[in-house]
Amino acid sequence: MKIEIRELPFAPWEALQRYESEIVATRYPGKFGASAVFVGSMRDFNEGDEVRGMTLEHYPGMTEQELGRIVDEARERWTLLDELIIHRVGDLLPNDPIVLVAVWSAHRKDAFEACRHIMEALKSRAPFWKKEQLDAASRWVEKNTDGY
Amino acid sequence: MTVKVKFFASLKEQMGCDGATVEIGEVATAADVWLAASGGKALPANVLVAVNMEYCDPNQQVSSGDEVAFFPPVTGG
Repeated sequence: MKIEIRELPFAPWEALQRYESEIVATRYPGKFGASAVFVGSMRDFNEGDEVRGMTLEHYPGMTEQELGRIVDEARERWTLLDELIIHRVGDLLPNDPIVLVAVWSAHRKDAFEACRHIMEALKSRAPFWKKEQLDAASRWVEKNTDGY
Repeated sequence: MTVKVKFFASLKEQMGCDGATVEIGEVATAADVWLAASGGKALPANVLVAVNMEYCDPNQQVSSGDEVAFFPPVTGG
C-alpha cells in the first residue's frame, strides 16, 4: 500500500505504470490478474458556474491515517494484493489530476469493487476541502454528492 | 487540563484562526472543547469532530493533551 499527498502536479498514468512495474510486479510476479484504476481531474464547471481554479486543503496526519483505515477496511472485504492512492493538495487548474486510486488483485471482481469502495469512502471521509475560484469570487465546496 | 484545538477550511475562516490551546475542566467532552474555543457559540450541526485524528461523536470525553479538530463536511476526490 502506498498513500501519498502531493503539493505539486502529478502524472497519474506515469505514476501508475511506475508503481506497477517497480513495486507490484516485484512483490507479486505473475499474481496480479486484475487492476482497477480511478483518476479524478479538475472540471472547469460546477453548480452552473465556470471555475477558474481550485485550492485543496487537508488535515496533515489525519488524511493519511483515514486513507489507511479505508484501505484496511477494503482489505477485509476483498482479496487485494496492493493499492496506490495519490491525492493533490494546493493550487489546481482545470484538467489537473486530483486523485488516483489503483487496486491490484488476482481477479476483477475484487479489483473493481475495492477500487470503487475506496474512492467513495475517500470522498465521504478523507479530510480534504476544496475552495473554488470563480471569475470574481471564491467559495468553499459545501459537500460531496453520493456517487452510488 | 489543556487540549489542542484545530479548525479547517471554512470553519477556520469563520473562527479567524486555525486553532488554539484551550484550558478546560478535567472532565470534558469534545463539545465542551468547542464551547470553550468558540466563545460559547453553538456547534453547527454539519461540523465534523475528530479527536487525535479519529472521527468521533461530539459527546466523546477528551483527555489532557488531546488534539480536537473541528471541520466542515469533507470535499476531496
